[in-house]
Amino acid sequence: MRLFVCEGAPGSLPVLAAAGRARDRAELLISTVGSEECVVPFLTRPKVPVLQLDSGNYLFSSSAICRYFFLLSGWEQDDLTNQWLEWEATELQPALSAALYCLVVQGKKGEHVLGPLRRALTHIDYSLSRQNCPFLAGDTESLADIVLWGALYPLLQDPTYLPEELGALHSWFQTLSTQEPCRRAAETVLKQQGVLALRPYLQKQPQPQSHPPEGRAVSNEPEEEELATLSEEEIAMAVTAWEKGLGSLPPLRPPQNPVLPVAGERNVLITSALPYVNNVPHLGNIIGCVLSADVFARYSRLRQWNTLYLCGTDEYGTATETKAMEEGLTPQEICDKYHRIHADIYCWFNISFDTFGRTTTAQQTKITQDIFQRLLTRGFVLQDTVEQLRCEQCARFLADRFVEGVCPFCGYEEARGDQCDKCGKLINAIELKKPQCKVCRSCPVVKSSQHLFLDLPKLEKRLEEWLGKTLPGSDWTPNARFIIRSWLRDGLKPRCITRDLKWGTPVPLEGFEDKVFYVWFDATIGYLSITANYTDQWERWWKNPDQVDLYQFMAKDNVPFHGLVFPCSALGAEDNYTLVRHLIATEYLNYEDGKFSKSRGVGVFGDMAQDTGIPADIWRFYLLYIRPEGQDSAFSWTDMLIKNNSELLNNLGNFINRAGMFVSKFFGGCVPKMVLTPDDQRLLAHISLELQHYHQLLEKVRIRDALRSILTISRHGNQYIQVNEPWKRIKGSEADRQRAGTVTGLAVNIAALLSVMLQPYMPTVSATIQAQLQLPLQACGILLTNFICTLPTGHHIGTVSPLFQKLENDQIESLRQRFGGGQAKVSPKPAVVETVTTAGPQHIQMLMDEVTKQGNVVRELKAQKADKNQVAAEVAKLLDLKKQLALAEGKPIETPKGKKKK
Amino acid sequence: MAATAELRLLEKSLGLRKGNKYSAQGERQTPVLQTNNGPSLTGLTTIATHLVKQANKEYLLGSTAEEKAVVQQWLEYRITQVDGHSSKEEIHPLLKDLNSYLEDKVYLAGYNFTLADILLYYGLHRFIENEFLKTRGFSTWDSFRRRKILLWWIFIIKHSFPVETTPSQNTLLFYTC
Repeated sequence: MRLFVCEGAPGSLPVLAAAGRARDRAELLISTVGSEECVVPFLTRPKVPVLQLDSGNYLFSSSAICRYFFLLSGWEQDDLTNQWLEWEATELQPALSAALYCLVVQGKKGEHVLGPLRRALTHIDYSLSRQNCPFLAGDTESLADIVLWGALYPLLQDPTYLPEELGALHSWFQTLSTQEPCRRAAETVLKQQGVLALRPYLQKQPQPQSHPPEGRAVSNEPEEEELATLSEEEIAMAVTAWEKGLGSLPPLRPPQNPVLPVAGERNVLITSALPYVNNVPHLGNIIGCVLSADVFARYSRLRQWNTLYLCGTDEYGTATETKAMEEGLTPQEICDKYHRIHADIYCWFNISFDTFGRTTTAQQTKITQDIFQRLLTRGFVLQDTVEQLRCEQCARFLADRFVEGVCPFCGYEEARGDQCDKCGKLINAIELKKPQCKVCRSCPVVKSSQHLFLDLPKLEKRLEEWLGKTLPGSDWTPNARFIIRSWLRDGLKPRCITRDLKWGTPVPLEGFEDKVFYVWFDATIGYLSITANYTDQWERWWKNPDQVDLYQFMAKDNVPFHGLVFPCSALGAEDNYTLVRHLIATEYLNYEDGKFSKSRGVGVFGDMAQDTGIPADIWRFYLLYIRPEGQDSAFSWTDMLIKNNSELLNNLGNFINRAGMFVSKFFGGCVPKMVLTPDDQRLLAHISLELQHYHQLLEKVRIRDALRSILTISRHGNQYIQVNEPWKRIKGSEADRQRAGTVTGLAVNIAALLSVMLQPYMPTVSATIQAQLQLPLQACGILLTNFICTLPTGHHIGTVSPLFQKLENDQIESLRQRFGGGQAKVSPKPAVVETVTTAGPQHIQMLMDEVTKQGNVVRELKAQKADKNQVAAEVAKLLDLKKQLALAEGKPIETPKGKKKK
Repeated sequence: MAATAELRLLEKSLGLRKGNKYSAQGERQTPVLQTNNGPSLTGLTTIATHLVKQANKEYLLGSTAEEKAVVQQWLEYRITQVDGHSSKEEIHPLLKDLNSYLEDKVYLAGYNFTLADILLYYGLHRFIENEFLKTRGFSTWDSFRRRKILLWWIFIIKHSFPVETTPSQNTLLFYTC
């Protein structure tokens, strides 16, 4: 027998689990095939998994394959099992494949995924608990259990999608998941990547069709966001919190300089990876560390946590020396010049550093040498002769980054001297095949030189102990955990910490006078020295592990140095250093479909973003919206235009502007009296719930996901206004006018809440809204976990004006050409920014009417069984109208099917 | 054909005298078999399998492990693939696959007539008969490329599993083949 499986095909799970049970009974070969390979000769469409039987016949259904394995082991078919399998095929699978597609391919979360599946999960739970059996078809695990477990595992292994209240389902699932054949199947198929392991496969599959009841096909209504059901208690609590209003805000923390840890408070120390000084950072660098850390720092301050956020430029090393040679300056001058450039860029992006320092300082030398001395006296430093590449032409030893050659592991042609960009393995420069000096392209020779090594193997045990204490319950991102785990698995090796250079921290040891520390040994010490330059009490931050919560932000390539090398140095130095508690690593951001490349002029770099005419907050918003959280993402000009115009302009901007405008136009700028109806109270509770969700996400540093919560609240707001039509009611009876007042008052308070939630993401826009609404200072600086009334009846707001501007296609197209690669051809004309008034209620009403009318036209045509083309044309019109309406209302636009972007 | 009608027809063909009670459930009108002893059974193929056992004709479910798995596979195919499609454009690829599957076989499970043949025959009936009616004989209906499936069709009819159609059609089909 031969089993054909495919990477990431969900059907492999039950099949492998069933095969695992029957393994001893049957000779089974397993072959992996591509998802597009047609294994079964008689089927037109590819299908996996497939079992080819010894008779030559094929089984192409996962359930049938499982059944076959069970039959081989002597199992007898029974009605109950058949019933479960039929239910699995007809009810569970359609819902499940829709859910998986939604989660894995479309990246939706939460209720979008779980909603359609809930009924099926409840059905299993109910059956299990009613029959009072641990398994689906009796007291022992059987075919039905394996088939259903295998189908559900990819989703339910994430506890988010295993509802707590379904207790029987819970224990059934756990029991099966721990059984050896299941566990092994899960490991083989998901490879510890969770549901994302299915992605490459599912992406190639057509979108599963749900079978809508007749007539639904016409309606393309953007789905109402599924609202969670609220208990009376939750609603009552939300109302109480709301009514307490400004009184529930604690006093603002007085600003401190310098910020120092305070005993008994939450002290948050935040660092973002130190950018290397000789490069201008690109958007990927910005989102990877400084911008992500900035959002968290701002959030942390809004929570009134005692926060210090620091960063600086990493300035030592060969790259600086070379750059200095190129530009005819001294290394110091180069550092001064580029440090300024960096500082300016971050200033433009509104990064809220408490201090932005540099590594070329006396403190750096002092602290690095101290740590080194401690390591030396404790026996963690080794000495050895190193074979090193020397370029005779340039008359110097070549730093790793200045050698290029063929990777000894994977054969990649452009591997660097320290690491291969393709396979990610660390390389010893002399192992490179066909090495070349990057400066003069001549072939370097191997020379020997004395060097110092950090004895990592000797520190490994301490490191593991520390990780064992730190990792559980911390917010280390999965990629960081994975990288550290794989380093430890391969075993640590001594790492060279010195270099034959001049531009660096001197090595305080006899015989090493002409050498300096290798940058990766002392760069991470930069955080300490930058703090030392900020305050002479720096040790209160850095030698205070019990009181300080250290968050370090970086792109994933920096994880080994922060999660492994520096902790080893610090643990070996035995000086009670504060070590990273939460290591937050992003994946990579690509540019359009490729990589950012300074040399090819592809991509947007920090200094150019300013010249686009697009405000810093829009850049911040879009970069955070696509933050490579959990997986790589790509910057796309078109997407930026869409997100700006739909999410910012039509959703958020439209809501906040309308809320403010109603107060000024209908109530003379004074917040009206609010008499909350049960519906309003329910809305309060929903917003509180979403706000709590936002907090939960940001506490876990899930920055991108938390931004969605803001947009969801604003969508709720838009719908609320739309349904209640205050612009009509204001002209009506007394009761109507009162209702208009309540709706307006509640809406403008939602706008105020949004301005605070937005602060970490778009500080300037947030400040603008707060100025327009004249939000009290205290309410601007603190974000509670409950939605409170911060603009009470009688509060006077300021002048309201539109917040966002539309991005035009032409403008974006010319920017794309300008930054797309090659030399800049297009004249850098400043972007034309057209102020657009957001869609008014009348406009929306008009569109709604038209949608209804067009809907009737389509229905009539269909009823008359009219010509297909005619119907299609009318449907197209209808869809277009709906799109306009969605845009005008600020709802998300449904992307047309079949036009997915890779 | 509604699922309950189909099950009644099956009962008749299997020679089950006393009829069972059926009801339909949910959006897809899934058939439910009410039994006096024990819990009810839900689902077309589940009930059909149950009926075969009731009639003591287990051979219709296959005799070897391989046959049994193959039969259940095609039953699943019937309810997920054939029933999932409603237009003749959608059904054509299925017929094509079935045709090449049958290339070296007499019945779906090889040389033995099984429940899979019966239920697939029922499921495809509306498509094949319609097709046939419209084009006045399958000689114009992709004739030779679809030969195998038609041969299979004829064999099933020979097993005299009645479907409520006019005899003339079946006869015509038979002769043309």
